[in-house]
Amino acid sequence: MPAEAREFVAEGASPATEGPPGVAVSIRGLGHSYGELRTIERLDLEAPAHGVVGLVGPSGCGKSTLLELISGLQEPVAGEVEVGGAGDPRGRLTRCAYMPQRDLLLPWLSAIDNAALALRNRGARRRAARREAGRLFERFGLAGFEGAAPAELSGGMRQRVAFLRTLVAGKPVLALDEPFASLDAITRAEMQEWLAAALRADPRTVVLVTHDVEEALYLSDRVAVLSARPARVVEELQAPSPRAPDRDAAVTDPGFVAVRERAMLALRGGAG
Amino acid sequence: MSRRWLLPALVLATMVGAWQVAASSGAIAATLRLEDFLVPAPSEIAASLWENRSLLADNAWVTLQEVLLGFGFALVVGLGAAVVLHLSETLRRATYPLIVASQTVPIIVIAPILVVWFGYGIGPKLAIVALICFFPIVVNTLDGLRSVDPDATKMMRTLDASRWQTFRRVEAPTALPYAFSGAKIAVAVAVIGAVFGEWAGSDSGLGHLMLLDNAQLETARLFASVVVLSAIAIALFGLLALAERRIVTWR
Repeated sequence: MPAEAREFVAEGASPATEGPPGVAVSIRGLGHSYGELRTIERLDLEAPAHGVVGLVGPSGCGKSTLLELISGLQEPVAGEVEVGGAGDPRGRLTRCAYMPQRDLLLPWLSAIDNAALALRNRGARRRAARREAGRLFERFGLAGFEGAAPAELSGGMRQRVAFLRTLVAGKPVLALDEPFASLDAITRAEMQEWLAAALRADPRTVVLVTHDVEEALYLSDRVAVLSARPARVVEELQAPSPRAPDRDAAVTDPGFVAVRERAMLALRGGAG
Repeated sequence: MSRRWLLPALVLATMVGAWQVAASSGAIAATLRLEDFLVPAPSEIAASLWENRSLLADNAWVTLQEVLLGFGFALVVGLGAAVVLHLSETLRRATYPLIVASQTVPIIVIAPILVVWFGYGIGPKLAIVALICFFPIVVNTLDGLRSVDPDATKMMRTLDASRWQTFRRVEAPTALPYAFSGAKIAVAVAVIGAVFGEWAGSDSGLGHLMLLDNAQLETARLFASVVVLSAIAIALFGLLALAERRIVTWR
């Protein structure tokens, strides 16, 4: 974690938080609706500090809304969302970094300036922010692409920069919304391995939304299967080998395949 | 690059050439049953441009000032208004329909009223130019500001951006190409506005010169004024297009 980011976490995290470094997410009896449309109902979910929780569910079931609720971008209608003990939206915003579905790299900024956005927003000078973000570029296989315009990068590269932008924000909790949905199958598998390595090197509490059961089971410690709208958790599954270095071996292991089949079954049941 | 201009240049040259032949042989005048001297050939217009160069330049300078000052004023006020309307939904709801509706008022025809109020000076011309430039600038810039991806705004919030930082880093750059489109439309109509302002009452400017030439049947110089006015409009449009290409490098 960059030094400035660490300072920020130390500042932002409540001193009352005890136990492991990092911050946990806790959701109890959560309800949310857009007017008449009930999107989430009586949803419970826990993510331990430095744990990765995967959320899978039928499309349009309110997964993205759930991430926005966790990040403090929206307020629940019922129940509680706490991030590191903070229930107010402001407190959640300071503890969560949200990575939207599309990379949303700003085309008028270079890759490194995109990644350094959070540092600049906090008042860091351009040079200092670039130096800080530059270290992560080297660590995460993006060295040499600092000055590239987003349009010059491949889909996988753009996604990496977008993830670094989330990481550089230095927040203890990452809310990732379908981070690799736009990529082709091969690139997606590569990116999953890359993200697994990134999280091994720099552990954070992660809530990962995806429609890809295999992706969720490979990257997460635990996967919650959501029902169709209004969303609630229909089944929680323990992942057999979270973020194993050899992805191909991990996902073809009979144990993994069995859990995947169970998740698929729960998904179909919840959708029906 | 030059390939792009080759065909249009050929078409233009052919048209001017055809006009030259038709006018100098008297064909146009005969068809329209006009005196020969009323239908100047391009060569005569070119000659008139050269002979009257200082007269045309003096009057072009007056018109150019009206265009630039009126446009500049509309640019500042228009961009400011777009930002304010973007930030305040109440204000936008209250005034935007009126701004759009105001476009049905043919602004150039209120020029005579402005002359009655403000006299023959530069004031009424600036007002006309600014009024007709204002609308395309406001509407385009506001469109641009409103086209910002809501997810980008959310992302900026979780990256600890203040309202101002979101505006400066996301909204303003998004709106920039739209603002340039608005400004390019505005600068083209600005010249029309200046000429109408001069027609309503003035003692100098290319519009004024055209009225004199019209009365004196100086058709060659009349065309010369048209050529100069077009050149001003094209040059200003070109400058803006050039600035846009320099500044909006990501498109």
